[in-house]
Amino acid sequence: MGKTKKVIQKGNPWTRLKNQLKDVLLNPFNLMTLIAFVILIVFVVVPLFSLVKESFILDAAAARRAKAAEGSWSVYYWQYLLAGKMAKTMFWTPLVHSLTVSFFACLVAVPLGAILAWLMVRSDIPGKKIISFLIVIAYMTPSWCKAQAWLSIFRNALGGTPGILYWLGWNVPDWVAYGPFAMVCVLALHYYAFTYIMLAGSLGSINSELEEMALIQGASKKTIVMRITLPLVMPAFLSATIMTFSKAIGGYSVASYLGTRVQYHTLSTRLHDQIASGMPGVGYAISILMILISAGLILVNNKVIGTRKSYSTINGKGGRSVDLMLGKWRTPMFVFVCLFLLVALVVPIVSLVIESLQVTPLNGLAADNFTLFNWIGKEENSYALLNWEPGLFRNVKFTSAIWNTVKLGVFGAIISSFMGQVFGYISVRGRGKWYGHMIDQLVFIPYLIPAVAFSAVYVAMFIKPKLGGLIPSLYGTFLLILLISTVKYFPYASKSGTATMIQIAAELEEAASINGAGFFRRFARIIFPLAKNGFMSGFILTFISIAKEFDLISLVVNERNITLSYLTFTYTSLTCYQLAACSSVVMIALISVMYLIAKKAFGADIVKGWS
Amino acid sequence: MSKIVLEHIDKYYGENRVLKDINLTIEDGDFMTLLGPSGCGKTTTLRVISGLEKPQNGTMTIDGKTMIDAANAFYEEPSKRGLNLVFQSYALWPHMTVFQNVAFGLKIKKLPKKEIEERVMDSLRTMRIDRYRDRYPNELSGGQQQRVAIARAIASSPKLLLLDEPLSNLDARLRIDMRAELKRLHKETGTTIVYVTHDQVEALTMSTKVALFKAGEIAQVATPLEIYTNPVDIETADFVGSPRINLIDGKGIYDGETLKVMSPLGNYTFAKDSLKPGETIPEGQEFDVVIGIRPEVVQVAAREPKDEEGYFEASVYASQPAGSETIVTLEANGTQFLALQVDLRNYEMNQQVFVSMDPARLNVFNKETTRLIRYAEAKIKEDEDE
Repeated sequence: MGKTKKVIQKGNPWTRLKNQLKDVLLNPFNLMTLIAFVILIVFVVVPLFSLVKESFILDAAAARRAKAAEGSWSVYYWQYLLAGKMAKTMFWTPLVHSLTVSFFACLVAVPLGAILAWLMVRSDIPGKKIISFLIVIAYMTPSWCKAQAWLSIFRNALGGTPGILYWLGWNVPDWVAYGPFAMVCVLALHYYAFTYIMLAGSLGSINSELEEMALIQGASKKTIVMRITLPLVMPAFLSATIMTFSKAIGGYSVASYLGTRVQYHTLSTRLHDQIASGMPGVGYAISILMILISAGLILVNNKVIGTRKSYSTINGKGGRSVDLMLGKWRTPMFVFVCLFLLVALVVPIVSLVIESLQVTPLNGLAADNFTLFNWIGKEENSYALLNWEPGLFRNVKFTSAIWNTVKLGVFGAIISSFMGQVFGYISVRGRGKWYGHMIDQLVFIPYLIPAVAFSAVYVAMFIKPKLGGLIPSLYGTFLLILLISTVKYFPYASKSGTATMIQIAAELEEAASINGAGFFRRFARIIFPLAKNGFMSGFILTFISIAKEFDLISLVVNERNITLSYLTFTYTSLTCYQLAACSSVVMIALISVMYLIAKKAFGADIVKGWS
Repeated sequence: MSKIVLEHIDKYYGENRVLKDINLTIEDGDFMTLLGPSGCGKTTTLRVISGLEKPQNGTMTIDGKTMIDAANAFYEEPSKRGLNLVFQSYALWPHMTVFQNVAFGLKIKKLPKKEIEERVMDSLRTMRIDRYRDRYPNELSGGQQQRVAIARAIASSPKLLLLDEPLSNLDARLRIDMRAELKRLHKETGTTIVYVTHDQVEALTMSTKVALFKAGEIAQVATPLEIYTNPVDIETADFVGSPRINLIDGKGIYDGETLKVMSPLGNYTFAKDSLKPGETIPEGQEFDVVIGIRPEVVQVAAREPKDEEGYFEASVYASQPAGSETIVTLEANGTQFLALQVDLRNYEMNQQVFVSMDPARLNVFNKETTRLIRYAEAKIKEDEDE
């Protein structure tokens, strides 16, 4: 409309300032936005700076080696990592390993996820409802449980008791049991889910009228797929590939379960080892490089796809979707999906359950090898074969682990989903304004950082007291674990918060405001009741994700605040495989039950809200 | 008492100026309609009045009390302006029953429970939806939801009621019912109403005054009759009225005493006292004019009346009988125009007819400035005059 210059008349400057200040200060929305900014800056931006800084400051041990003063600035760590004598073992080989494993994992996971998504969304394959639930459960099962299951099947005589295949008479060679092959298999069977979730969302939102129109114009089925369907889902497909790659690079648990045993190190295992028991500064430097790789990939992806991402939302509401007849392919495809579920879900769980019931994996399925001792045995009846540990349910470590896991999950999910709603609210009400945009950007940062690097960020920030003790050292406390878990899930929680808030029209609030409802009353009486379901499903999904997390917390957990995932890892390291299997089974059961609740009671749909 | 005065209101979205120097006085008891096509700033004006938008410039008072003083960055809170608003989308809270929706504002005012109950039921009864008190909004039809939205707005007995295109989501029949309902509500409560619509029929039938918006500015403020009879410019003339006004190009010449107009539909002479003061009317030279002829002004006769002057011949291009009225498209001297006849008539295609129009009821616009230069007389039948 008007192209004339904007002219604003100003009255008495003091009255004007007073009224403006009153307006800003008395509006709780501004206060809330301010607090949100402070939280994001303190817990996202500052730790990142801290990480960079710590990678340039010598600690006592490094200072001795570098023959410089402790606390002085130096590129020692960087040089050690990238150009020193150890550079090849420390960085370059692990980098190649990480890239190789991620690449092959992508190569398998992405097509697998794409086919599953297409079958579930567009075809007339039987049993869709139950299959899609199981596909998600297969993903919900943490990757370390899968690595655990892999070990229980393929473990050979290299270390500890061998697995079930050995008992069946096959001493699995090392290259199958451990190392890159095993890692690629486990990662692919886990991260197919990214492609599945993203593509299912994208395919589901394509109005089949678009394809029918092409059909009316005389296009063949092949042409339709190539020219209409594929281009429309291409952005989602690319995003999924990048996400898979970036997640695989950042994954620590699979690499530590399956790789380190044969000295197959990746960036994440090196990072972990350096921070836990080497030169933390080197670990920080590796973290920075990992963040750069991962963030770089995601940012390039966003840049390239840019606005095209919004294809899927254009017809978000429109039309019905017609299932494509699979015809004679229906049975083979169904068998394919069942085989997939067998490999990704049934076999791992069954093998873990079997292992949890064995006296010793050495005797495999022999009839006298089954016992409930691993679950309920008493300490006084344990013996060397069972490592002198009581059964899981009588084990103090387990009680404390499950208690910590639940505590971590509940608190983390409450804070994270509450903040997610707040961020979502600011983002939605601030559409097109600088603060809305800024919140979006800041909240997105943890998403760019691989899990194990993210914990390194926090270690760098909180290992020593800061600001002369104003910020105490949090290393080894439950608070630090909670903090890491909460902040890492801000992007996801905020995404689901935004999705919820966008459905609550601003007019509903305006109507309340005209009727005299202040900010807090509006939040309590209008926003919260309407956002409740979104909040609850977001809460449970976050709970599940935090509870099963291992990559994220492995650096900061210690004996005092052990979680279920850490307990499993400890048992595996101690070669108490049956107990590790028990606690994996408990984990999977806990997750399945929670997901079922989220789905049934609050309509949570991972395909719609959590990609 | 509720008199609203808006002065020099400017509203910018970024650099985009959506309201340009809005000046508007709404008298106590007015039913003021803000009329205009979409994107013209009428809803923004309503939101400025309600307090949901803060203009960058200008002032607003309600009953002399300052509500907006942009220069001093003073904006009274919406809830302290003594008004209520009905949204286009109704904005009913989906998690509350009809009763809870209407009671919400009263509860915030901490009225005694008994009084809340009485007032809610009163306004539900006024809107004739008291039997739906325990339903949720999604269990009601569009028309019923609309009534709830209005009931919610009137429950707090606001001095000023703002309505933002409240009927646009209703079907044609319900709309006519609701118009009557709103008119009755206005009469019964005496509340000042500001009503936003793009539907000129709503504006003409319901309001005591109409403010016509054009691209962020107010083009004209007048009674519906005045807007209809003497629209301020060609665009307004075209926008108001259905079927549309006939706009016929012609030539004008003004000698300081009379304006002579020549057109394909006849030549007319207008006296100086019917010309609009202050408009550009070039003297002593021919200039382009546009004659505005409302379709009902065009008289059609099948045979040439013997003792009456001013008839000319035309042929029927098409005829649309619609029961109570007939719209006839006519053609004369290569120019097409519409006539509206208030009964059922039947014309053959290409039939020759005789046409006249009362010169007193014609508008003349200056084509260059597009502004009205000659007033038409309104024709109101005596017994219908209020």
